[in-house]
Amino acid sequence: MKAAVLKIEELGKAFREYRMEWQRMVGWFGATYKAANETWVLRNISFQVFAGESVGIVGQNGAGKSTLLKLVSGTLRPTEGTIGVGGRIAAILELGMGFNPDLTGRDNARYAAGLMGMSPDQIEAVIPGVEEFAEVGEYFDQPIRTYSSGMQMRVAFSVVTAVRPEILIIDEALSVGDAYFSHKSMARIRKFREEGTTLLFVSHDPGAVQSLCDRAILLEHGRLLMDGEPSEVMDYYNALISEKENETVKVKRLLSGKAQTVSGTHEAVVENISLHNAAGEPVEYVNVGESVELRVQVRICGAIPRLVFGYMIKDRLGQPVFGTNTHHTRQALEHLVDGQRVEYRLAFPMNFGPGSYSVSTALCSTETHLVNNYEWRDLALVFTIANQNRDSFVGTAWVPPRIEVRRM
Amino acid sequence: MKMLLLAIWHYRHFILTSIKNDLRTRFARSRLGATWMILQPLAQGAIYALVLARVLGSRLPDTNNQYAYVIYLLAGLAGWTLFAELITRCLTIFVDNASLLKKMVFPRICLPLIVSGSCLLNNLFLLTATLGIFIAVGNYPNWMWLWLPMLTVITLLFGLALGLILGVLNVFVRDVAQVMNVVLQLWFWLTPIVYAIGILPGHFALILRLNPMYAICSSYQQVLLWGNPPHFKTLGAIVALSLLLLAGGMFLFRRASPDMVDVL
Repeated sequence: MKAAVLKIEELGKAFREYRMEWQRMVGWFGATYKAANETWVLRNISFQVFAGESVGIVGQNGAGKSTLLKLVSGTLRPTEGTIGVGGRIAAILELGMGFNPDLTGRDNARYAAGLMGMSPDQIEAVIPGVEEFAEVGEYFDQPIRTYSSGMQMRVAFSVVTAVRPEILIIDEALSVGDAYFSHKSMARIRKFREEGTTLLFVSHDPGAVQSLCDRAILLEHGRLLMDGEPSEVMDYYNALISEKENETVKVKRLLSGKAQTVSGTHEAVVENISLHNAAGEPVEYVNVGESVELRVQVRICGAIPRLVFGYMIKDRLGQPVFGTNTHHTRQALEHLVDGQRVEYRLAFPMNFGPGSYSVSTALCSTETHLVNNYEWRDLALVFTIANQNRDSFVGTAWVPPRIEVRRM
Repeated sequence: MKMLLLAIWHYRHFILTSIKNDLRTRFARSRLGATWMILQPLAQGAIYALVLARVLGSRLPDTNNQYAYVIYLLAGLAGWTLFAELITRCLTIFVDNASLLKKMVFPRICLPLIVSGSCLLNNLFLLTATLGIFIAVGNYPNWMWLWLPMLTVITLLFGLALGLILGVLNVFVRDVAQVMNVVLQLWFWLTPIVYAIGILPGHFALILRLNPMYAICSSYQQVLLWGNPPHFKTLGAIVALSLLLLAGGMFLFRRASPDMVDVL
């Protein structure tokens, strides 16, 4: 059992407003005055993070994600509860890190390193590395005000991660900046993880959370709603953002131990889903490149003006591998009534790499499930692809090449 | 308290670099750069000298030195400028650094120390220029000038203590800064800097003696112009008052710290 580097117990943060500011001030001297308005942004949050673990924090805007990170990093003080921290924390909380626009990138980097408590020797030792990693070229000696936000981000990230911290906290920061740098920073974060850094990470990008984190925490209205495997939490989160009136979100524990999320208004439901081989037999194990047919039976439980069926094949980590819907293929059905049944047969070659895959299905009225979500079902079907007779390869896509080799 | 001192010690290099950066950025985009630090108060002195001495014909009593008034003025201004700069900068110290306080974790006590250091540095430049002018007009150095460092430290202590309290309050009630800008102007005229206290009616002069800045500025004047030692008794009282204010300010600062980022 590894030691917990972060121990959060019954954490709560309230922002208090007073009718008069002196009432707040009286509080500093021991007397308590009742606040006119008290907003609890976070409450009853308890969890532990162990060394080397990386935790993604997801939730809608205003769920309290950033507040949580600020509390952990120490810029905000908790109203109640405790935070136990074991190790040095480095944090990128918001963009820019309060850079001074008139100083050069180099001076700002020195300044920020100083703010993080480094000594002059340490600073001089890390600055060349910062310059190299940020790759802003000659701009490093230009005032920050001439930088684009992406360039500021590059410098900020490079400084904060110049020395491997025990705990790294990143709030959305990686969404800014170009693809090249975000790959580069991801690689650095992965390297830190392997060396034992604990990562706390807020992002709206499900891909980043799933590929980087081995645990995810879902916050909703300042409460901890779910704490579990990233793919499960992201499924639940996806269902949550489409949640509307009359909708329900259900999570069912499957036999495999995975959690299945089903949400929607249930005016159309998937009754049956199965995978068949070329001979028409239902299969669970599929060979790479084998022709298969996915059969989905849908029952209509109410009058529906338009029905779009969509599906998505996800890999083991929950990353989408392929997905489309009948809106894009111009096969949407219209004017369906209660009691009708629809069957979809999707034939395709299984050009994926070996591994476990799942199918999510969506029944809705447009191309996104955010408008009329009749049913969204994660883990509707799970199947395994095995490489039985193909040449060895890696990856989730099977793109067999014709390789010409000639001795010259 | 011990933790606080340790934190300051650990961040000493940061504080020094910040003071340097502060100087650099303030004049980063101006032609004359750092010269403005000296030019501004000197220009103020020149204006008062012109208006009051030349136009209104102010003279100091009991002296034949034609430059006596200018020296009197510049001596008082040297002390006042340090005090006023400390107050104005401490007032908005936390508000101005809101983005830093929200994004980075560092000992917040660094901020007032950085401001003190940079004000002190400005004042040293100004003092040098002032003393240069004194020598130019024939007011040669005397041993009493050695009291100047002590006067500077006392002014710094008083300005910082008051500034810290006001700075903390200003985070929560932003009117404090607005009110203080007016109060500072009034305070300037309630301190005998451009006039001698002797020209005031007796009971009025008595009240003015309660003004700590009177003791400070007149000590500068005593030392620089008359070559007399400063008023040790009054200065001692001011030091005591400053330490009291500083203790109060630190208490306020530590208690208000958790709330500070919430309202910034």
